[in-house]
Amino acid sequence: MIGAEAIVKCLEKEKTEYVFGYSGVAIDPFWNKILDTNIKSVLIRTEQNAAHCASGYARISGKTGVCAVTSGPGATNLITGIATAYADSIPLVAITGQVNSDMIGSDVFQEADITGAVESFVKYSYLVRDVADIPRIFKEAFYIASTGRKGPVLIDIPFDIQNAEFPGKFVYPDTISMRTYKPTVKGNMVQIKKVIKEVEKAKKPIICVGGGVHLSNATKELREFAELNNVPVVSTMMGIGVMPTEHPLYFGMVGNNGQSYANKAMNESDLLLMVGARVADRAVNRPDLITENKVMVHIDVDPAEIGKNVGPTIPLVGDIKHIFQDFLAQDDHADDHSDWIATINEYKKTALSKAKKAAKKSKYVEPKEFITKLSNAMKNDAVYVADVGQNQMWSCAHHIVKNGRFITSGGMGTMGYSIPAALGAKLASPKKQVVAVTGDGAFQMSMMELATMRQYGVAVKIVVMKNGYLGMVREHQHFAYNDNYSMVELKGDPDLSLIAAAYGMGYAKVDGSSDLEKELKSFLSDDTSALMEVIVDPKALTK
Amino acid sequence: MQKKVFQLLVDNNPGVLSRISGLFSRRGYNIESITAGVTADSRYTRITIVAAGDDVILDQIEKQVAKLVDVRDIHELIPADSVYRELAMVKVRAHADQRQSILATANVFRGNIVDVSIDSLIIEITGSQSKIDAFLKLLEGYEILELARTGIAGLGRGTDNVIYLDD
Repeated sequence: MIGAEAIVKCLEKEKTEYVFGYSGVAIDPFWNKILDTNIKSVLIRTEQNAAHCASGYARISGKTGVCAVTSGPGATNLITGIATAYADSIPLVAITGQVNSDMIGSDVFQEADITGAVESFVKYSYLVRDVADIPRIFKEAFYIASTGRKGPVLIDIPFDIQNAEFPGKFVYPDTISMRTYKPTVKGNMVQIKKVIKEVEKAKKPIICVGGGVHLSNATKELREFAELNNVPVVSTMMGIGVMPTEHPLYFGMVGNNGQSYANKAMNESDLLLMVGARVADRAVNRPDLITENKVMVHIDVDPAEIGKNVGPTIPLVGDIKHIFQDFLAQDDHADDHSDWIATINEYKKTALSKAKKAAKKSKYVEPKEFITKLSNAMKNDAVYVADVGQNQMWSCAHHIVKNGRFITSGGMGTMGYSIPAALGAKLASPKKQVVAVTGDGAFQMSMMELATMRQYGVAVKIVVMKNGYLGMVREHQHFAYNDNYSMVELKGDPDLSLIAAAYGMGYAKVDGSSDLEKELKSFLSDDTSALMEVIVDPKALTK
Repeated sequence: MQKKVFQLLVDNNPGVLSRISGLFSRRGYNIESITAGVTADSRYTRITIVAAGDDVILDQIEKQVAKLVDVRDIHELIPADSVYRELAMVKVRAHADQRQSILATANVFRGNIVDVSIDSLIIEITGSQSKIDAFLKLLEGYEILELARTGIAGLGRGTDNVIYLDD
């Protein structure tokens, strides 16, 4: 047995279903040995998207995503995908081929110091120096990626190590105990009891959920706790979908792109449970407001997040699922906060009545109305993948999550995330409807993956909100530079009907004169890939 | 800005020092000195870091460093409960007529002369940072040709915080 066989054996032990990647000589021994297994390999069209595919797969399957690329440019192309996963704490194991061990450091063909280059975007990285270390390193890598605050781990494996004879019998460790890495899982019981006391005392409690709730697979427990105590819930962008959008206790997304009533409710609460959220700048631009006149409880698996952006009254470190199970066990009576909920509902009503009504007749599709209609036409448990830009803001505000998922690149804001992530998501749950919503800018950053979708028969519905601009930055220049536009106009856009035809996909185009319900119904009627071009007013704004 | 001395116990893995120093540079933390050396158990390296910042930054430094996979322990070496030492080597211009007065100053600070040439001396001095600073101040009247300081190494007093490494 050689090193490459040991690697695929490790992946089998980890029950890896898919490896997304790209070939190249330095990773060829691995791709050769994967043929001997039932693990499916997916050849993407540019390396960055291998990490995005693995990310979409990980977020929907709940497992660790795996991608593999070659050395040098293959590895450096992967970096943006790794950084995107890191920013959203998505568990990935990225495997990179490397030049021969004895050549490392001599700048040979396709050599790049990838462990050095990704240092600030990975939870950990390995450069394999000895073939015998492969089982231990893979066991550790999957463990580190999928525990504590999840994230990407990179394993760089020189060509000669992949080809080296594995000494003795292959044994994959059953258990793992690392001397220096022991994430906290259970919350401190004293702190948990303190929080429960505060919940009982509070008149105006609120929960703000972040992506950590999804990562900990704790939506069930969180909903149960909110419902038991009648506590209203708001979310960060990453926390969208923890509560169904139309749940009577859910009041939308916070932040400068969120709902005003969600921010108002959070600021006016007397008890705020911040759950699996970083309190980052886009969600909370004035951290002083969320600690003022209130008890602030910060629950996170990463102790370094607590106190980084805001100093909580009660810090609580641990895995959210465990903590909410403990909350539910400790909390023996339901609370009623109907007055407080009625107040927030009033805020919501006022805010919605102020919202501008779209002009009736226009040659363009009204984006907010479109997103709502798209949501209504989608299946109950569908996966909605938003890209980055105006489409993301419209999606966050107007997509109605029923019992499905909403995923997007929140922390890094990587354009071109949605199509590869949707591809990975569809492979993770082939029976579910997966819809990627993107703009014409991000589409052109990722449209090479239409070939991957066709090659592997992955059916994703792609909606392109087309306005001929990089709309989010255009919007910024509209406000910041008085409509003095620079570097935002997308002249030379391809004809999307021809692109769809070139990749053998269904195609539909909607504008202001279209019957959206009818078009959407037919667009979503089957489980094949299709592209819908939505003609949006370049002047349309998200705010 | 205040200073804190942190003691770290880390896995003696390749690249561990660059992982720690990289964390300081990318998060913009101030590092005044860092020293590292293998412990009696060769699986581990002990690192002493002097960092500067306000309370929030110093708290973040401790948490972010603790989060690194290679780091087994980080804790503050509180001045009252710890011993710190730094070593410095100073090469001073010393002609025959200056030598006696430089040697006298070095003696007061228990410095050792480790090299003598026709027109220079190298003095080795060990002690707290303030002792070394005071010594260097006294040498200001002479010409310091080269100076090498190690940064501080430190240990907590007594056995209360000792981590036993037999797992």
